[in-house]
Amino acid sequence: MAELDTSSGGGKKGGKVRSKKASTRVDLTAMVDLAFLLITFFMFTTTLSKPKAMDVTMPDKDDQNKDQLAVAASRSMTLLLGANDKVEWFVGEPGKTPPETTGYGKEGLRKVLIENGEKIQQTTGKYMTVLIKPSDKSNYKNVVDALDEMKITGVQSFAIVDITPAELGLLKRDGNY
Amino acid sequence: MPRVKVARKSTSIDMTAMCDVAFLLLTFFILTAKPRTEDPVPVDIPASSVEQPIPDDNTLLLTVGQNKVFFGVDGNDIRKQTLIQMGEKYKINFTPEEQTKFAALPTFGVPINQLKGFLALEPTQRKEFKQPGIPRDTTNNNELSDWIREARKVDVALHNKALRIAIKGDSKEEYPVIGQLITLLQKQKINKFNFITSLRAAPKTTK
Repeated sequence: MAELDTSSGGGKKGGKVRSKKASTRVDLTAMVDLAFLLITFFMFTTTLSKPKAMDVTMPDKDDQNKDQLAVAASRSMTLLLGANDKVEWFVGEPGKTPPETTGYGKEGLRKVLIENGEKIQQTTGKYMTVLIKPSDKSNYKNVVDALDEMKITGVQSFAIVDITPAELGLLKRDGNY
Repeated sequence: MPRVKVARKSTSIDMTAMCDVAFLLLTFFILTAKPRTEDPVPVDIPASSVEQPIPDDNTLLLTVGQNKVFFGVDGNDIRKQTLIQMGEKYKINFTPEEQTKFAALPTFGVPINQLKGFLALEPTQRKEFKQPGIPRDTTNNNELSDWIREARKVDVALHNKALRIAIKGDSKEEYPVIGQLITLLQKQKINKFNFITSLRAAPKTTK
Protein backbone atom coordinates (compact mmCIF):
# COMPACT_ATOMS: atom_id res chain seq x y z
CA MET A 1 0.00 0.00 0.00
CA ALA A 2 1.13 3.46 -0.71
CA GLU A 3 1.39 4.36 2.88
CA LEU A 4 4.26 5.07 5.09
CA ASP A 5 4.44 4.45 8.73
CA THR A 6 4.29 7.88 10.17
CA SER A 7 3.84 7.01 13.79
CA SER A 8 6.43 8.86 15.72
CA GLY A 9 7.41 5.90 17.80
CA GLY A 10 7.67 7.75 21.12
CA GLY A 11 5.57 7.15 24.19
CA LYS A 12 2.64 9.24 25.16
CA LYS A 13 4.04 10.33 28.41
CA GLY A 14 6.79 12.73 29.11
CA GLY A 15 5.12 15.75 27.62
CA LYS A 16 6.64 15.13 24.29
CA VAL A 17 5.22 16.97 21.38
CA ARG A 18 3.23 14.57 19.43
CA SER A 19 3.41 15.03 15.73
CA LYS A 20 0.08 14.77 14.08
CA LYS A 21 -0.52 11.60 12.20
CA ALA A 22 -1.36 12.55 8.67
CA SER A 23 -2.36 9.81 6.33
CA THR A 24 -0.04 9.47 3.38
CA ARG A 25 -2.62 7.71 1.33
CA VAL A 26 -3.05 9.55 -1.90
CA ASP A 27 -6.13 9.36 -4.00
CA LEU A 28 -4.91 7.70 -7.14
CA THR A 29 -8.18 7.78 -9.02
CA ALA A 30 -7.38 10.84 -11.06
CA MET A 31 -3.94 9.54 -11.89
CA VAL A 32 -5.30 6.21 -13.07
CA ASP A 33 -7.92 8.02 -15.12
CA LEU A 34 -5.27 10.02 -16.84
CA ALA A 35 -3.06 7.00 -17.39
CA PHE A 36 -5.85 5.05 -19.04
CA LEU A 37 -6.81 8.02 -21.16
CA LEU A 38 -3.26 8.20 -22.47
CA ILE A 39 -3.12 4.45 -23.01
CA THR A 40 -6.27 4.65 -25.10
CA PHE A 41 -4.80 7.48 -27.12
CA PHE A 42 -1.57 5.65 -27.83
CA MET A 43 -3.35 2.43 -28.62
CA PHE A 44 -5.44 4.12 -31.27
CA THR A 45 -2.62 6.06 -32.81
CA THR A 46 -0.10 3.25 -33.12
CA THR A 47 -0.40 1.36 -36.33
CA LEU A 48 -0.83 -2.22 -35.41
CA SER A 49 -0.59 -3.65 -38.88
CA LYS A 50 2.83 -2.75 -40.11
CA PRO A 51 3.21 -2.58 -43.85
CA LYS A 52 4.83 -5.61 -45.37
CA ALA A 53 7.60 -5.74 -47.87
CA MET A 54 7.32 -7.98 -50.89
CA ASP A 55 10.63 -9.01 -52.35
CA VAL A 56 10.96 -8.45 -56.05
CA THR A 57 13.91 -9.70 -57.98
CA MET A 58 14.23 -8.64 -61.57
CA PRO A 59 16.20 -10.58 -64.15
CA ASP A 60 19.55 -8.99 -64.78
CA LYS A 61 19.14 -6.60 -67.66
CA ASP A 62 22.55 -6.17 -69.08
CA ASP A 63 22.80 -4.56 -72.46
CA GLN A 64 26.14 -6.16 -73.27
CA ASN A 65 25.51 -9.60 -71.91
CA LYS A 66 23.30 -11.45 -74.34
CA ASP A 67 23.73 -15.01 -73.20
CA GLN A 68 20.53 -15.62 -71.37
CA LEU A 69 19.02 -18.90 -70.49
CA ALA A 70 16.42 -19.86 -73.01
CA VAL A 71 13.32 -21.45 -71.58
CA ALA A 72 11.45 -24.05 -73.55
CA ALA A 73 8.20 -22.66 -74.88
CA SER A 74 6.38 -25.79 -73.77
CA ARG A 75 6.88 -25.00 -70.11
CA SER A 76 6.60 -21.27 -70.13
CA MET A 77 3.36 -19.59 -69.33
CA THR A 78 2.73 -15.97 -70.16
CA LEU A 79 0.41 -13.71 -68.25
CA LEU A 80 -0.66 -10.53 -69.98
CA LEU A 81 -2.02 -8.03 -67.52
CA GLY A 82 -4.67 -6.00 -69.27
CA ALA A 83 -7.12 -3.28 -68.36
CA ASN A 84 -10.12 -3.62 -66.04
CA ASP A 85 -8.46 -6.21 -63.78
CA LYS A 86 -8.36 -8.81 -66.54
CA VAL A 87 -5.49 -11.11 -67.24
CA GLU A 88 -4.87 -13.13 -70.40
CA TRP A 89 -2.78 -16.22 -70.27
CA PHE A 90 -1.38 -18.77 -72.65
CA VAL A 91 1.20 -21.50 -72.56
CA GLY A 92 3.95 -21.48 -75.13
CA GLU A 93 4.62 -18.91 -77.80
CA PRO A 94 2.26 -16.06 -78.55
CA GLY A 95 -0.04 -16.62 -81.45
CA LYS A 96 0.30 -20.38 -81.46
CA THR A 97 -2.01 -21.09 -78.56
CA PRO A 98 -5.16 -19.04 -78.20
CA PRO A 99 -5.05 -16.92 -75.06
CA GLU A 100 -7.74 -17.13 -72.45
CA THR A 101 -9.04 -14.29 -70.37
CA THR A 102 -9.49 -14.65 -66.65
CA GLY A 103 -9.57 -12.56 -63.51
CA TYR A 104 -7.34 -12.35 -60.49
CA GLY A 105 -7.90 -14.28 -57.31
CA LYS A 106 -8.83 -17.70 -56.14
CA GLU A 107 -11.16 -18.73 -58.95
CA GLY A 108 -9.25 -17.08 -61.76
CA LEU A 109 -5.52 -16.87 -61.92
CA ARG A 110 -4.77 -19.22 -59.06
CA LYS A 111 -6.74 -22.09 -60.57
CA VAL A 112 -5.09 -21.58 -63.93
CA LEU A 113 -1.62 -21.48 -62.38
CA ILE A 114 -2.11 -24.61 -60.35
CA GLU A 115 -3.67 -26.58 -63.21
CA ASN A 116 -1.03 -25.61 -65.74
CA GLY A 117 1.78 -26.05 -63.26
CA GLU A 118 0.72 -29.63 -62.67
CA LYS A 119 0.19 -30.29 -66.36
CA ILE A 120 3.62 -29.00 -67.28
CA GLN A 121 5.21 -30.87 -64.41
CA GLN A 122 3.66 -34.09 -65.68
CA THR A 123 4.42 -33.68 -69.35
CA THR A 124 7.92 -32.25 -69.18
CA GLY A 125 9.01 -33.25 -65.70
CA LYS A 126 10.23 -29.76 -65.05
CA TYR A 127 8.79 -26.78 -63.26
CA MET A 128 6.81 -24.11 -65.02
CA THR A 129 8.25 -20.70 -65.80
CA VAL A 130 5.86 -17.80 -65.65
CA LEU A 131 6.40 -14.53 -67.48
CA ILE A 132 4.42 -11.61 -66.16
CA LYS A 133 3.90 -8.96 -68.79
CA PRO A 134 2.08 -5.92 -67.53
CA SER A 135 0.58 -3.73 -70.22
CA ASP A 136 0.35 0.03 -69.91
CA LYS A 137 -3.31 -0.20 -68.96
CA SER A 138 -2.79 -2.48 -66.00
CA ASN A 139 -2.28 -0.94 -62.61
CA TYR A 140 0.14 -1.51 -59.79
CA LYS A 141 -2.32 -3.61 -57.84
CA ASN A 142 -2.51 -6.08 -60.72
CA VAL A 143 1.26 -6.54 -60.68
CA VAL A 144 1.27 -7.08 -56.93
CA ASP A 145 -1.65 -9.49 -57.21
CA ALA A 146 0.10 -11.48 -59.90
CA LEU A 147 3.31 -11.65 -57.88
CA ASP A 148 1.32 -12.67 -54.85
CA GLU A 149 -0.29 -15.51 -56.77
CA MET A 150 3.20 -16.72 -57.67
CA LYS A 151 4.00 -16.93 -54.02
CA ILE A 152 0.72 -18.62 -53.10
CA THR A 153 0.87 -21.22 -55.85
CA GLY A 154 4.57 -21.78 -55.28
CA VAL A 155 5.76 -21.01 -58.78
CA GLN A 156 9.52 -21.20 -58.55
CA SER A 157 10.62 -19.19 -61.50
CA PHE A 158 8.87 -16.12 -62.69
CA ALA A 159 9.86 -12.76 -64.04
CA ILE A 160 8.41 -9.41 -64.92
CA VAL A 161 9.10 -8.83 -68.59
CA ASP A 162 8.20 -6.06 -71.00
CA ILE A 163 5.24 -6.74 -73.22
CA THR A 164 5.75 -7.21 -76.97
CA PRO A 165 3.63 -5.53 -79.65
CA ALA A 166 2.24 -8.91 -80.75
CA GLU A 167 0.98 -9.57 -77.26
CA LEU A 168 -0.46 -6.09 -77.03
CA GLY A 169 -2.39 -6.94 -80.17
CA LEU A 170 -3.84 -9.99 -78.46
CA LEU A 171 -5.00 -7.88 -75.55
CA LYS A 172 -6.52 -5.31 -77.89
CA ARG A 173 -8.31 -7.96 -79.90
CA ASP A 174 -9.96 -9.39 -76.82
CA GLY A 175 -10.95 -5.98 -75.54
CA ASN A 176 -8.64 -6.02 -72.56
CA TYR A 177 -6.67 -2.97 -73.45
CA MET B 1 -36.82 -7.02 16.26
CA PRO B 2 -33.25 -6.14 15.94
CA ARG B 3 -32.45 -4.50 12.69
CA VAL B 4 -30.11 -6.29 10.42
CA LYS B 5 -26.93 -4.41 10.46
CA VAL B 6 -25.19 -4.04 7.19
CA ALA B 7 -21.55 -3.99 7.71
CA ARG B 8 -20.28 -0.74 6.38
CA LYS B 9 -17.29 -1.17 4.19
CA SER B 10 -15.03 1.44 2.86
CA THR B 11 -15.57 2.11 -0.81
CA SER B 12 -12.07 3.29 -1.43
CA ILE B 13 -10.07 0.65 -3.21
CA ASP B 14 -6.37 0.38 -3.33
CA MET B 15 -5.49 1.72 -6.73
CA THR B 16 -1.75 1.24 -6.51
CA ALA B 17 -1.63 -1.94 -8.51
CA MET B 18 -3.99 -0.59 -11.14
CA CYS B 19 -1.92 2.52 -11.43
CA ASP B 20 1.22 0.44 -11.83
CA VAL B 21 -0.29 -1.57 -14.65
CA ALA B 22 -1.70 1.49 -16.33
CA PHE B 23 1.63 3.23 -16.41
CA LEU B 24 3.44 0.12 -17.49
CA LEU B 25 1.15 -0.14 -20.49
CA LEU B 26 1.43 3.56 -21.12
CA THR B 27 5.21 3.34 -21.18
CA PHE B 28 5.03 0.42 -23.56
CA PHE B 29 2.76 2.23 -25.99
CA ILE B 30 4.76 5.42 -25.86
CA LEU B 31 7.99 3.61 -26.56
CA THR B 32 6.61 1.52 -29.40
CA ALA B 33 4.75 4.39 -31.02
CA LYS B 34 6.33 5.55 -34.21
CA PRO B 35 5.41 8.90 -35.61
CA ARG B 36 3.37 8.31 -38.68
CA THR B 37 4.91 9.86 -41.73
CA GLU B 38 2.33 11.67 -43.77
CA ASP B 39 2.33 10.77 -47.40
CA PRO B 40 2.35 13.79 -49.69
CA VAL B 41 -0.30 12.13 -51.83
CA PRO B 42 -2.92 9.66 -50.67
CA VAL B 43 -1.48 6.21 -51.20
CA ASP B 44 -3.62 3.15 -50.89
CA ILE B 45 -1.21 0.26 -50.76
CA PRO B 46 -2.35 -3.02 -52.30
CA ALA B 47 -2.83 -6.10 -50.17
CA SER B 48 -0.93 -9.33 -50.47
CA SER B 49 -0.28 -12.42 -48.43
CA VAL B 50 3.37 -11.58 -47.78
CA GLU B 51 4.13 -11.52 -44.10
CA GLN B 52 7.64 -10.21 -44.10
CA PRO B 53 7.72 -6.89 -42.24
CA ILE B 54 9.39 -3.90 -43.78
CA PRO B 55 12.85 -3.27 -42.33
CA ASP B 56 12.97 -0.42 -39.86
CA ASP B 57 16.01 1.39 -41.08
CA ASN B 58 18.36 1.62 -44.00
CA THR B 59 15.55 1.90 -46.51
CA LEU B 60 15.00 4.19 -49.43
CA LEU B 61 11.33 4.69 -49.93
CA LEU B 62 9.92 5.71 -53.28
CA THR B 63 6.31 6.73 -52.90
CA VAL B 64 4.32 6.64 -56.11
CA GLY B 65 0.92 8.22 -56.47
CA GLN B 66 -0.97 10.38 -58.94
CA ASN B 67 1.75 9.90 -61.49
CA LYS B 68 4.33 11.49 -59.20
CA VAL B 69 7.31 10.01 -57.45
CA PHE B 70 8.42 11.07 -53.98
CA PHE B 71 11.75 10.31 -52.44
CA GLY B 72 12.48 9.47 -48.83
CA VAL B 73 15.41 7.84 -47.12
CA ASP B 74 15.88 6.77 -43.52
CA GLY B 75 18.36 8.51 -41.28
CA ASN B 76 18.90 12.23 -40.79
CA ASP B 77 22.63 11.99 -41.43
CA ILE B 78 22.08 10.23 -44.75
CA ARG B 79 19.52 12.81 -45.86
CA LYS B 80 21.82 15.67 -44.99
CA GLN B 81 24.83 14.21 -46.77
CA THR B 82 22.72 13.28 -49.79
CA LEU B 83 21.54 16.87 -50.07
CA ILE B 84 25.11 18.16 -49.89
CA GLN B 85 26.24 15.79 -52.64
CA MET B 86 23.23 16.59 -54.80
CA GLY B 87 23.96 20.30 -54.29
CA GLU B 88 27.49 19.79 -55.52
CA LYS B 89 26.27 17.90 -58.52
CA TYR B 90 23.67 20.47 -59.51
CA LYS B 91 25.77 23.49 -58.46
CA ILE B 92 23.32 24.60 -55.82
CA ASN B 93 24.70 25.72 -52.50
CA PHE B 94 22.51 24.77 -49.57
CA THR B 95 23.05 26.70 -46.34
CA PRO B 96 23.53 24.73 -43.10
CA GLU B 97 20.09 25.89 -42.03
CA GLU B 98 18.54 24.44 -45.16
CA GLN B 99 20.47 21.24 -44.64
CA THR B 100 19.05 20.84 -41.16
CA LYS B 101 15.56 21.52 -42.45
CA PHE B 102 16.02 18.98 -45.21
CA ALA B 103 17.35 16.37 -42.79
CA ALA B 104 14.08 16.58 -40.90
CA LEU B 105 11.98 15.90 -44.00
CA PRO B 106 10.96 12.25 -44.15
CA THR B 107 9.83 12.44 -47.75
CA PHE B 108 9.67 15.09 -50.43
CA GLY B 109 8.91 15.49 -54.09
CA VAL B 110 10.11 18.71 -55.65
CA PRO B 111 12.63 19.32 -58.42
CA ILE B 112 16.01 20.32 -57.05
CA ASN B 113 15.83 23.85 -58.44
CA GLN B 114 12.65 24.42 -56.44
CA LEU B 115 14.00 22.77 -53.34
CA LYS B 116 15.35 26.00 -51.81
CA GLY B 117 11.97 27.63 -52.05
CA PHE B 118 10.27 24.56 -50.67
CA LEU B 119 12.60 24.45 -47.67
CA ALA B 120 11.99 28.12 -46.97
CA LEU B 121 8.30 27.49 -46.42
CA GLU B 122 6.86 27.11 -42.96
CA PRO B 123 6.07 23.50 -41.99
CA THR B 124 2.33 24.18 -42.17
CA GLN B 125 2.66 25.79 -45.58
CA ARG B 126 4.80 22.89 -46.70
CA LYS B 127 1.92 20.52 -46.03
CA GLU B 128 -0.40 22.62 -48.16
CA PHE B 129 2.13 22.94 -50.96
CA LYS B 130 1.34 20.72 -53.90
CA GLN B 131 4.54 18.88 -54.60
CA PRO B 132 5.05 18.13 -58.27
CA GLY B 133 7.13 15.00 -57.71
CA ILE B 134 10.74 14.44 -58.61
CA PRO B 135 11.45 14.78 -62.33
CA ARG B 136 12.18 11.53 -64.06
CA ASP B 137 12.45 10.42 -67.63
CA THR B 138 13.87 7.53 -69.54
CA THR B 139 17.38 8.91 -69.90
CA ASN B 140 20.25 7.56 -67.89
CA ASN B 141 20.79 10.67 -65.81
CA ASN B 142 17.63 12.16 -64.51
CA GLU B 143 17.10 13.79 -61.17
CA LEU B 144 15.42 10.84 -59.53
CA SER B 145 18.16 8.42 -60.44
CA ASP B 146 20.74 10.93 -59.22
CA TRP B 147 18.99 11.12 -55.86
CA ILE B 148 18.92 7.36 -55.61
CA ARG B 149 22.54 7.03 -56.64
CA GLU B 150 23.77 9.68 -54.21
CA ALA B 151 21.74 8.22 -51.36
CA ARG B 152 23.24 4.81 -52.02
CA LYS B 153 26.75 6.25 -52.10
CA VAL B 154 26.16 8.09 -48.84
CA ASP B 155 24.81 5.01 -47.12
CA VAL B 156 27.85 3.04 -48.13
CA ALA B 157 30.16 5.84 -47.01
CA LEU B 158 28.50 6.54 -43.67
CA HIS B 159 27.19 3.17 -42.57
CA ASN B 160 28.87 0.76 -44.95
CA LYS B 161 25.54 -0.81 -45.79
CA ALA B 162 23.74 -1.37 -49.03
CA LEU B 163 20.60 0.67 -49.14
CA ARG B 164 17.39 -1.26 -49.56
CA ILE B 165 14.96 0.16 -52.06
CA ALA B 166 11.26 -0.07 -51.43
CA ILE B 167 8.48 1.08 -53.71
CA LYS B 168 5.26 2.17 -52.11
CA GLY B 169 2.68 2.55 -54.79
CA ASP B 170 -0.96 3.40 -54.94
CA SER B 171 -2.96 0.39 -56.02
CA LYS B 172 -4.72 2.39 -58.72
CA GLU B 173 -1.46 3.65 -60.13
CA GLU B 174 -1.07 2.69 -63.76
CA TYR B 175 1.78 0.40 -64.54
CA PRO B 176 3.91 2.66 -66.78
CA VAL B 177 5.12 4.73 -63.82
CA ILE B 178 6.12 1.62 -61.91
CA GLY B 179 7.68 0.24 -65.07
CA GLN B 180 9.72 3.41 -65.47
CA LEU B 181 10.91 3.15 -61.90
CA ILE B 182 11.91 -0.46 -62.37
CA THR B 183 13.87 0.38 -65.53
CA LEU B 184 15.49 3.27 -63.70
CA LEU B 185 16.54 1.02 -60.85
CA GLN B 186 17.79 -1.65 -63.22
CA LYS B 187 19.98 0.88 -64.95
CA GLN B 188 21.75 1.27 -61.63
CA LYS B 189 22.04 -2.48 -61.41
CA ILE B 190 19.47 -2.73 -58.68
CA ASN B 191 17.67 -5.92 -59.45
CA LYS B 192 16.33 -6.57 -55.99
CA PHE B 193 13.87 -4.32 -54.32
CA ASN B 194 10.67 -4.41 -52.34
CA PHE B 195 7.06 -3.60 -53.04
CA ILE B 196 5.30 -2.41 -49.94
CA THR B 197 1.99 -4.11 -49.36
CA SER B 198 -0.43 -4.50 -46.52
CA LEU B 199 -1.55 -7.81 -45.18
CA ARG B 200 -4.71 -9.11 -46.79
CA ALA B 201 -7.50 -8.90 -44.25
CA ALA B 202 -8.76 -12.43 -44.66
CA PRO B 203 -6.04 -14.64 -46.06
CA LYS B 204 -7.48 -16.66 -48.88
CA THR B 205 -6.63 -20.30 -48.81
CA THR B 206 -6.71 -22.77 -51.61
CA LYS B 207 -9.47 -25.25 -51.19
